[in-house]
Amino acid sequence: MPGKIDDAQVRHIAMLSRLKPTEEEVRLFSEQLSTILAYFDQLSEVDTTQVPPTAHALPVSNVFRPDEPHVPFGPDQALANAPRRDGDFFAVPKVLDQESA
Amino acid sequence: MTATLVEIRDAIRSRRTGAREWVEQAIAAIERLEPQLRALVSYDADRARKLAREVDERIARSQEVGPLAGAPLLVKDNICTRFGPTTCASKILENFQAPYDAHVVERLEAAGAIILGKTNLDEFAMGGSTENSAMGPTRNPWALDRVPGGSSGGSAAAVAAGMVPAALGSDTGGSIRQPASFCGITGLKPTYGRVSRYGLVAYGSSLDQIGPFARNVRDAALLLEIIAGHDSRDSTSVNSPVPRYTAALDTPLDGVRIGYAEEYFGEGLDPEVRQAVEAALDVYRSAGATVVPIHLPHTKYCIACYYLVATAEASSNLARYDGVHYGHRTAAPEDYIDVYCASRQEGFGPEVRRRIMLGTYALSSGYYDAYYLKALKVRTLIKQDFEQAFGQVDVIACPTAPTPPWVIGEKINDPLAMYLMDVYTVSANLAGIPGISIPCGFSGAGLPIGLQLLGPHFAEERLLRIAHEYQRHTDWHTRAPQIAAG
Repeated sequence: MPGKIDDAQVRHIAMLSRLKPTEEEVRLFSEQLSTILAYFDQLSEVDTTQVPPTAHALPVSNVFRPDEPHVPFGPDQALANAPRRDGDFFAVPKVLDQESA
Repeated sequence: MTATLVEIRDAIRSRRTGAREWVEQAIAAIERLEPQLRALVSYDADRARKLAREVDERIARSQEVGPLAGAPLLVKDNICTRFGPTTCASKILENFQAPYDAHVVERLEAAGAIILGKTNLDEFAMGGSTENSAMGPTRNPWALDRVPGGSSGGSAAAVAAGMVPAALGSDTGGSIRQPASFCGITGLKPTYGRVSRYGLVAYGSSLDQIGPFARNVRDAALLLEIIAGHDSRDSTSVNSPVPRYTAALDTPLDGVRIGYAEEYFGEGLDPEVRQAVEAALDVYRSAGATVVPIHLPHTKYCIACYYLVATAEASSNLARYDGVHYGHRTAAPEDYIDVYCASRQEGFGPEVRRRIMLGTYALSSGYYDAYYLKALKVRTLIKQDFEQAFGQVDVIACPTAPTPPWVIGEKINDPLAMYLMDVYTVSANLAGIPGISIPCGFSGAGLPIGLQLLGPHFAEERLLRIAHEYQRHTDWHTRAPQIAAG
């Protein structure tokens, strides 16, 4: 039986998800995700033509709080967990190569 | 330690036993049991001793102390604490130090409780067995080769084994109730919005809720009194008064109507679990309650609905782990996209990656309507099932889990089989209603079985009262595993 989702789709979803699966994992995930999605397909039996979607069980909207000033994190607190720090900045690997820079 | 939270509180306040002694007992139990159970991610004995000394000094000087003064507790490691690491049992947050305390941590500490450490979980609370932890699995104190349930398996195992009298967990699809059932203790998932999620690391934001584990309903009620209430830092936190849950516990049950939904007793239910839950209903009948048949017709769709909603929310919530501001960053990225891809691939375990990919697929162009939007519509129907049922009954009684705890490793290679184990718990999260699991017996092999009670939104008072009534007539909740006796 052809799976719901093939290796190429798994690679595409992995890229959208910013993941980098090994080839072995791509095969495993295409098998497992196909089984799970086939199970999810039973939802198509349910007639939902007149049914509104529920994103939150308790609808709350327009929640306000008083606009009071408070002390935000300082640079040391904000940077405390940075993988790399350069002064008061988050240091990241170089984004552009030499030619395009 | 077999003392309850109420007993410890009373002993400390009446100066019979100091906070320091309780904390030492908890530390000794942790040190003795942790090599076998692996229930904790981290703990700080010195900090706990220092806090206990402060409590004892205040009491000695007859100064005011909080309602939980000196009580040693644990919290799940997806709840932010300024002390110690907050890892979510993930490699991606291995070295993460939260810059703030979660609302519930502030509340517990303001009440004088001493948070000894952080408990193990399925990575980012994704799982039902605590096997998906980067720190390794926690073991069930009743049978060390079995899972403690999950995702809050560390909290449940720690309370059951007598490390502490109570602990906090979080419940997105059953992650408090199911481990409570598997470890033979009491676990409550409050109504969505009852407890602030500020400082709870997000998994499925429309489903997540923090709640207590305890040895009995009274202790769970006491903890809920302290952690519930409005917090403007969580915009879904509800601004309604918090009842004194402990005060209502002893009201008699006369006239209470308990719903019995046959959809919760069908195929896949272990016969021993069925027998124990049916026997619990007889206990209620003798106590003056009426058991009324009801229907929850969309129950068979709850797993599909839940896993679409939860994974979609997870894929969005976990996008924040990008290796830039905090968390793991890959050592040698190929290019800038690879900073993200390699960091996340290295940092997340297989179940988290599987759920991120499922959610990303369900939200992606071309599949959104068929999967995500469809699930949100079915969610409406599941919610309506409960609204109709609660027009006829006060609470619904059912099993917490279809089977007793399974052997570690037994289901780890079959994700769908693992998801199907959540069949009785996920609907409460989809509908936002409260649920409690209390011990109601043991299998022939000596494994705990849990009874689940579900109530309407904000009916915790009623739910706790009805659960407490069961514990007045039975002693399952007083049983402790052999390992606890040492």
